[in-house]
Amino acid sequence: MRPLPETPLASLWRPALMITLLLWLLTGLAYPLLTTAVAHVLFPYQAQGSLLRKEGKVVGSRLIGQAFTSPRYFHPRPSATSPESYNAAQSSGSNLGPTNARLIQAVQERVRQYRQENGLGDGVPVPVDAVTASGSGLDPDISLANTQLQAARVAKARGIPLERVRQLIREHIRPRQFGLLGEPRVNVLELNLALDGLR
Amino acid sequence: MLAGVVQILIVLILMTGLAALVGGYLARVFTLPGHWALERLTYRLLGIDPVEKMSWQRYASALVLTNLLMMLLGYLLLRLQGWLPLNPGHLPPQSPDLAFNTAASFVTNTNWQSYAGETSLSNFSQMAVITFLMFVSAATGLAAGGAFIRALSRAGFAAIGNFWVDLTRVTYRVLLPLSFVLAVVYVQQGVPQTLSAGVLATTLEGAPQQIVLGPVASLESIKHIGTNGGGFFNTNAAHPYENPTPLTNALHILAMLLIPSALTYTFGSMLVRRRQGWLFFGTFLVLFVGFLALVYTAEQRGNPLLSKVGADQSLTAGQSGGNLEGKELRFGIAQTSLFITTTTAATTGSVNAMHDSLTPLGGLVPLAQMMLNVVFGGEGVGFINLVQYVILAVFIIGLMVGRTPEFLGKKLEAKEVSLTTLALLAHPASILGFTALALVWPGALSSLGNPGAHGFSEVLYAYTSGTANNGSAFAGLNANTPFYNTTLGLAMLFGRFLTLLPMLAVAGSLAAKRSLPQTAGSFSTETGLFGGVLVLVILIVGGLTFFPALALGPIVEHLQMLAGKTF
Repeated sequence: MRPLPETPLASLWRPALMITLLLWLLTGLAYPLLTTAVAHVLFPYQAQGSLLRKEGKVVGSRLIGQAFTSPRYFHPRPSATSPESYNAAQSSGSNLGPTNARLIQAVQERVRQYRQENGLGDGVPVPVDAVTASGSGLDPDISLANTQLQAARVAKARGIPLERVRQLIREHIRPRQFGLLGEPRVNVLELNLALDGLR
Repeated sequence: MLAGVVQILIVLILMTGLAALVGGYLARVFTLPGHWALERLTYRLLGIDPVEKMSWQRYASALVLTNLLMMLLGYLLLRLQGWLPLNPGHLPPQSPDLAFNTAASFVTNTNWQSYAGETSLSNFSQMAVITFLMFVSAATGLAAGGAFIRALSRAGFAAIGNFWVDLTRVTYRVLLPLSFVLAVVYVQQGVPQTLSAGVLATTLEGAPQQIVLGPVASLESIKHIGTNGGGFFNTNAAHPYENPTPLTNALHILAMLLIPSALTYTFGSMLVRRRQGWLFFGTFLVLFVGFLALVYTAEQRGNPLLSKVGADQSLTAGQSGGNLEGKELRFGIAQTSLFITTTTAATTGSVNAMHDSLTPLGGLVPLAQMMLNVVFGGEGVGFINLVQYVILAVFIIGLMVGRTPEFLGKKLEAKEVSLTTLALLAHPASILGFTALALVWPGALSSLGNPGAHGFSEVLYAYTSGTANNGSAFAGLNANTPFYNTTLGLAMLFGRFLTLLPMLAVAGSLAAKRSLPQTAGSFSTETGLFGGVLVLVILIVGGLTFFPALALGPIVEHLQMLAGKTF
């Protein structure tokens, strides 16, 4: 075995310091700033958060869910953010475990409320997305089953034909990406914006 | 279910193809003699000679010293946050224990977060501390992985490479270009990338909604390519800005698996033992698919307690069903399960669902994978962990058939086996030791977010995640206390360096040995038989070590859930 030349450990200080500073400048500053510049040239809309505007004012982001309580709007999934639901400055899930009584009680209460709001009988099963809090607390989507059960309430509150609302839902179904990835879903904010746009 | 299985198959097939492609490229990065002009400039700045050959001791000293300086820089910047730019929200500095925890977490490639990103880090810190440490910790791991493989390929020559060259090359040739391209794709899909801190929207119902923005995409790409895992936002890749579409979700998964899976090919390529490389890949894949099947079925079946109170968890034409508490609708159960399995296999630690709300068996999967710490594994170190188990398997086979154990034509002797055992034992000692400490430490249990067996799982998960340098959490646990910040910080440092350093020593020792000729008596490590023994050794050693802890947590909770018991 060939012996390696003995080099003093002190000779490591300079390269260690220099590479720390160099990589800090390159990866901590130059890289994110360059990416920001390129993103703003290529995809300015997405780079700034995919914001939706109505009459010039920002009404939200198409990617971020928001709270709806009026019967005239489709309701999103429950959200566990605090202090209020759909707080987009503090994302959070409930982090309740599967055997936590607080989780079961919360779901039971949401089931009761959902049935009541939508005029469903006691035994009717409620789509699971309508009664469980999402991971981020900002989930923008609901399931097709969930929209179908809410459609009658929305139509009645707005005094428009049920078929018109169902038609709107069909137009807003987002299928699996490339027909393969993810799950079919409906974006609540976009659907509600479209409802407001009906005349 | 078919649609789900198809999505999973597509991702796994792509991963296999990319492993060969990227693995071959990495082999060239680790072996080609030429330097880029930019690299030569870097070496001149560093004042080093790129042809210097380092012993494992010198390589390890350079690695530890550099990591120490980087951690110190990160710590200082976090402590000074209040006086630094790009902080329109006037966020205060992190406390000393939190800043120690954060710096230790990101320099060890763990990315455990005791803080919520959007409420405690300025955009400057997200870039200059978090993104920076993500790059260098990934580069460190990958450099070490490359040096380790290089050492295995040597015979009779104790040098394992040059740390400065490895670190520079993997940053310039692999991590920076890949991250940049992926970040741009992420932006196209909807991930924000801006220096603005956010906007105030007025919702359709007239309420104000503060939407936090920032340089998310540039962090997101290195977070996954570097198997880092720390989120820009509190809810990580469950947040629609970090993971807006099923495509970004699939790309996150592929990015996490990219380098850990490619290194098996790099190994096969650099040692000219392609069969051995694919055998390791296959070993990883068998374990991966097994764990994936468990979490997928558990989550799709859902929580019977929720069905009892009226929630419909069945899979129908109108919904994907399953246990959706803590999950995002756009991914569904298939892509969520695949993400959970990937993030704890590749020890990334980003999450696209809240692991605390998984069904008990669903939650067992991430825990078990981090305990084994060997299914693909983190940037560079995953491969090193696999070799630990290989050495152990060869040793056990050697004992059974009564021959001197051999691996890659080298005799394994007392020195290598003891060092490997030290590395293998450091892992459970840290996990179980710290968990036990937390259970008896005054006040530590008041951090629990859930009662019953699940509360125990939260603590066990925290130290498993920290030691495995994963970083995901059962996030109900409030870990931002001096006790947890300090002990988790230590667990992360132990987990990183008490595995890496002994294994570099093993590599150095093997590199110095001469190759023995292959004889009829040598036990080949390239056969399916060896692959099977390896999987069994991993499962038996891991199982014997951790089964009691798992029985007290997720397994007992599963039985309680089936019995309809709540807490």
